[in-house]
Amino acid sequence: MAETRTAPAHARRNGRAPEPEPSEERSDGSLLTRLLRTVADRAQRRIPRADLDERDPDFIRERLPLMWLVASIWFRGEVRGLGNIPDSGPVLLVGNHSGGNLTPDTIVFTLAFNAYFGVERAFYQLAHNLVLAMPALGSLRKFGTVAASPQNARKALESGAALLVYPGGDYEVHRPSWKGNDVDFDRRKGFIRLALEQDVPIVPVVSIGGQETALFLSRGDRLARLLALDRMFRLKVLPISLAAPWGLNIGDMLGHIPLPAKITIETLPAIDVRAEFGPRPDLDEVYDHLVRLMQDTLDALAAERRLPVIG
Amino acid sequence: MRVSADIQVSAPQRAVWEVISDPTRQLSFMSGITRWEVAGDQAEGLGARYRMLLRVGSAEVGGLIELVEFVAPCDIAWTSVTGVDQRGRWRLREAPDGETRVELRLAYGVAGSGLGGWIAEHVAAPTVTGHLRRSVQQLKRLVEAEQVRARAAARRTAQRV
Repeated sequence: MAETRTAPAHARRNGRAPEPEPSEERSDGSLLTRLLRTVADRAQRRIPRADLDERDPDFIRERLPLMWLVASIWFRGEVRGLGNIPDSGPVLLVGNHSGGNLTPDTIVFTLAFNAYFGVERAFYQLAHNLVLAMPALGSLRKFGTVAASPQNARKALESGAALLVYPGGDYEVHRPSWKGNDVDFDRRKGFIRLALEQDVPIVPVVSIGGQETALFLSRGDRLARLLALDRMFRLKVLPISLAAPWGLNIGDMLGHIPLPAKITIETLPAIDVRAEFGPRPDLDEVYDHLVRLMQDTLDALAAERRLPVIG
Repeated sequence: MRVSADIQVSAPQRAVWEVISDPTRQLSFMSGITRWEVAGDQAEGLGARYRMLLRVGSAEVGGLIELVEFVAPCDIAWTSVTGVDQRGRWRLREAPDGETRVELRLAYGVAGSGLGGWIAEHVAAPTVTGHLRRSVQQLKRLVEAEQVRARAAARRTAQRV
């Protein structure tokens, strides 16, 4: 069961991602711990407020050709079933996540969604706080990327937008390459609560190929716990991979050059949770159904592939 | 970026016009088109709007288009309202022996997209040109097959009489 936390009241009000509570042992600890805390504090301060108005349709429109080049030539992206997404109104798109911090599946899907529905349709994506805190990735906010928090997810759906979430988050995105064809949300069910609370349909988005863009060796979750990254950065992993141009890549904080793996994404029919599971659905039952559905689709997509990377 | 394709159809201009001006038949001959829906109350004619999508590489691109010229049986021109900037035109001209010269033109791009946009337009050009070429070829087959069927039906009727 995923750990639950309560965000400070001020964070909840302004939609900002929860900041860590001041801890008593803040002044003591080893030099390394203090250094890490300083870095953590600075990173937290860099996390921008979730302002949905920062999404800039003109900016997205002007970047679509470049995204199209990357998606079409480098990743040979293929997105199927976009017609399964309701043409209007709020919708929760739930995807499996792959490819380390660069997440090629998000690039390919964002392009496909914006080209299909037009940049005029509001579309937001939740991302890890640290991704948004990176100076080079500030423009992501113009694409509609907001820090992953229940408050921001609610705000986006209440505004009538389509919202893309990856429940597996950093845990799933850094899974070892030999588990590349597994859907692994780490039993996180917050997205189902969100869909029920906002009464919006869930559209599963299944992708394959992202975990072939590098050789992912380990999540490094023990290492992350040892370094207290979970408490300081909300990072449950410290991934270890072999990736260009670094060779051995620990943390993947600076990203990497992804191998040109073919990315295939399939969008499944929308699920109205209450219509399918009754007025008071059992979260475990919905979770198991959704993961099984996505896993079956992922298995089918995997069966289509003949070779890794080439597809 | 401007691309075009043309072909000579062995059918009268009016017969070709009947097909290209009918919004319900676009999917039957337009190559690469994944969606063509009437948007709004007006189904055809000047000012009619359609939501169209064309598969190019990783994306289905297009958006809302509006007919800005509708001169039967010669020209249909459209321009984009939302989505990728595009201007298109069907141009039908009478040719000798009762045939029709058909030209399909498309100019597309994304204003303000800079060098990336310029490269993307040129990389996409062969795919888009291929769609246009196949579209006019499929249109030719469709119209000429209808002409053959119409002539056969007329012959059968004459024999019965």
